Amino acid sequence: MNLSELHLGEHACITHVKDGDLMLKLFEMGVLPGENVILENIAPFGDPIAVMVGEYKLCLRVRDAANIEIELI
Amino acid sequence: MERLITIALVGNPNCGKTSLFNALTGMNQKVSNFPGTTVEKKMGVSRIGANVKLQIIDLPGTYSLYPKSADELVTYEILRNKSETNFPDLVIFIADASNLKRNLLLFTQVCDLGVPAILALNMLDVAERRGIKYNIEELSSTLGVPVIPINARKRTGIIQLKQLLLSEQPRMNADFISLENVEPQLLAEISRLTDKRNHYAALQYAINAADLLSEKSKRIIDIFERYKFNVRKFQEEEIFSRYHLIDNAVKKSRIITTHNLKASLTKKIDAVLTHRFFGLSIFLGLMFLIFQAVFSWSAYPMDLVEKGFAWLSNYVKNTLPAGVLNDLLTQGILAGLSGVLVFLPQIIVLFLFIAILEDIGYMARVGFIMDRIMRPFGMNGKSIVPLISGMACAVPSIMASRSIENKKERLITILVIPLMSCSARLPVYTLLISMFIPDSATWGPFNVHGLVLMLMYIIGFAAALVSAWIFKQFIKSVQKNYFLMELPGYKMPVAANILSTLYEKAGAFVFGAGKIIIAVSVILWVMASTGPREKMNAVSSAYQQQLIFIKDSGNKEVLLKQLTFKKNAQMLEASYAGQFGKFIEPAIRPLGFDWKIGIALLTSLAAREVFVGTMSTIYSVSGTEDNLDSIRSAMLQETNSQTGKPSYSIATVFSLLIFYAFALQCMSTVAIVKKETGAAKWALIQFVYMTVLAYGSSLLVYQLLS
Repeated sequence: MNLSELHLGEHACITHVKDGDLMLKLFEMGVLPGENVILENIAPFGDPIAVMVGEYKLCLRVRDAANIEIELI
Repeated sequence: MERLITIALVGNPNCGKTSLFNALTGMNQKVSNFPGTTVEKKMGVSRIGANVKLQIIDLPGTYSLYPKSADELVTYEILRNKSETNFPDLVIFIADASNLKRNLLLFTQVCDLGVPAILALNMLDVAERRGIKYNIEELSSTLGVPVIPINARKRTGIIQLKQLLLSEQPRMNADFISLENVEPQLLAEISRLTDKRNHYAALQYAINAADLLSEKSKRIIDIFERYKFNVRKFQEEEIFSRYHLIDNAVKKSRIITTHNLKASLTKKIDAVLTHRFFGLSIFLGLMFLIFQAVFSWSAYPMDLVEKGFAWLSNYVKNTLPAGVLNDLLTQGILAGLSGVLVFLPQIIVLFLFIAILEDIGYMARVGFIMDRIMRPFGMNGKSIVPLISGMACAVPSIMASRSIENKKERLITILVIPLMSCSARLPVYTLLISMFIPDSATWGPFNVHGLVLMLMYIIGFAAALVSAWIFKQFIKSVQKNYFLMELPGYKMPVAANILSTLYEKAGAFVFGAGKIIIAVSVILWVMASTGPREKMNAVSSAYQQQLIFIKDSGNKEVLLKQLTFKKNAQMLEASYAGQFGKFIEPAIRPLGFDWKIGIALLTSLAAREVFVGTMSTIYSVSGTEDNLDSIRSAMLQETNSQTGKPSYSIATVFSLLIFYAFALQCMSTVAIVKKETGAAKWALIQFVYMTVLAYGSSLLVYQLLS
């Protein structure tokens, strides 16, 4: 599954980030395979979403979250 | 001999660089809890010891040395070029201890550039609340640089930091990643081409420069191709090997004190403030409260300023001998100044709220909840903060748009920011709104003025959105857009940060606007009191003749007063200013404006708040009233000499309101747009667009209402 499919409050572990325009930027921001994520907030209209990545909260659009593959934990 | 050390403050966005800058220099720098507050380098000087001078440069926050946005580029440019005059002798790297891993990525990059660095570990208290402590000595020895724990907001650890700067210990510079997987021949060629001895610095610069379309970039790409160097692969591996090193360093020095953590306060607050249903309503409610407060909190101090100026003006009028200087001071300068300074309390209240919302960290949330709404209009969530601060002043807001990565979205944001009603419009709105709604009017518990004012701000915002949509259709871009933003933890507001912002902004308003207003008032007064000789003489002689008739009549006093009033009005009409107003009147008559408004339109071309000052000056030159707080009643009494109806009908007032809401009457904005977009073209397009919009909308409003 990918990050855009996570439900509010669920924990997951990043398994892979798809190669795309945003990949390097996401890596720089600490969105790395092996990091834990928690879906914390969903903006009005369901997009963007805010996730805890490691130790901080990052917001990103659902479209870009779909490129981040995860495993529920 | 005095030693000068240049120090750059580098770190991720929102890690406390500017707070530390303030603590080190004592300068009033704007600090907030929104990523990207510092978008341009700021310099300050601090003295430590007897003969050491520190030149401190505060740089915009960045996540890496591969810049993605204009503000990040500022930081990169300073650090990459050793021949740059501001190239630092030393970097103080500020890291947020509550999020150390990600912060250290940039730290290792900076060290690998070959710049000596020390690590200032900030926000240890936040980390501690999450159950994390650090062994400072361990961290220092693993990273190979001095580490100083600080609290920039509470200003602790600053003395230790300064002592370290004073000490003569050799400045270490650590190396992190090795380039052993990269072909040595490639590195040598790149280093020769980029003129850098440090191989990492050379390669890093080459990768960034390869994207530009220049002679050098062609040669760089050529070298990369010859050695089959895969840039993306290299960058990916660079990030992974850095994180690998960082992981080890952090694991070694981290002490987990508690495992079962309560949900953090930030999490609880965010559950409410960014809620899918309540988030937007809370935001709108907050805006509504701000506009109510702008009116109700500032009523009393405004009254004081008004009375103070009336007293001062009467005092000057009665103390100085009657004559040109007296008239110039009271009718020109004081009338102009009081007209605008009276609105200072409102502006302070507005700035106060925006400063508090930024300082506690709410503004980033507004970006989060508004991103989806901004998208169809060619902007993103990061556009909302410049737009909201545009309610205070467009100039810093246009600079703040640097944090938007996508060039098209940034350009659109810059183009529509001036449509947001800024504080300079506040005096104009207040004066015009109060002309048809009594001050005391309430609707339920709300002040009607506040409601109408909020409506004006909504109109401005709506115009900004619609215009953004229009610009979106014309501006082409192939760059991908995205919205990646950190949501910082909420923090208690720090009074010193907010007060320094207020002081800076209010000061800029008083001195910036004050200078223009005094200059314009003086010129206007001269133009309004002098005119072509034959016309002025004609008015005077007509007056002399009428005076003869009055001499014998019974109620001489009243008639004389009426006659003087009429004479002054005619003199104004005959003056140079009046002549000019008359000249442009045909062009603005369809909007419901007379020649007096025409004069004000001209004088407020450079700065819109001058409108009120001009009205004060015009009405105190033509009027007989000594009291200055009566521009409003003077304007209301004014009748059109041709129709005999009041000059300021509801239609005219609304038409004026709309005109001032949309017109770009601000030279500073034009200048900053030219600078930020790098082309006069966009400043010109914006000016023409807004002028046409203002004229067209006012025309429509006036024709519909009259």
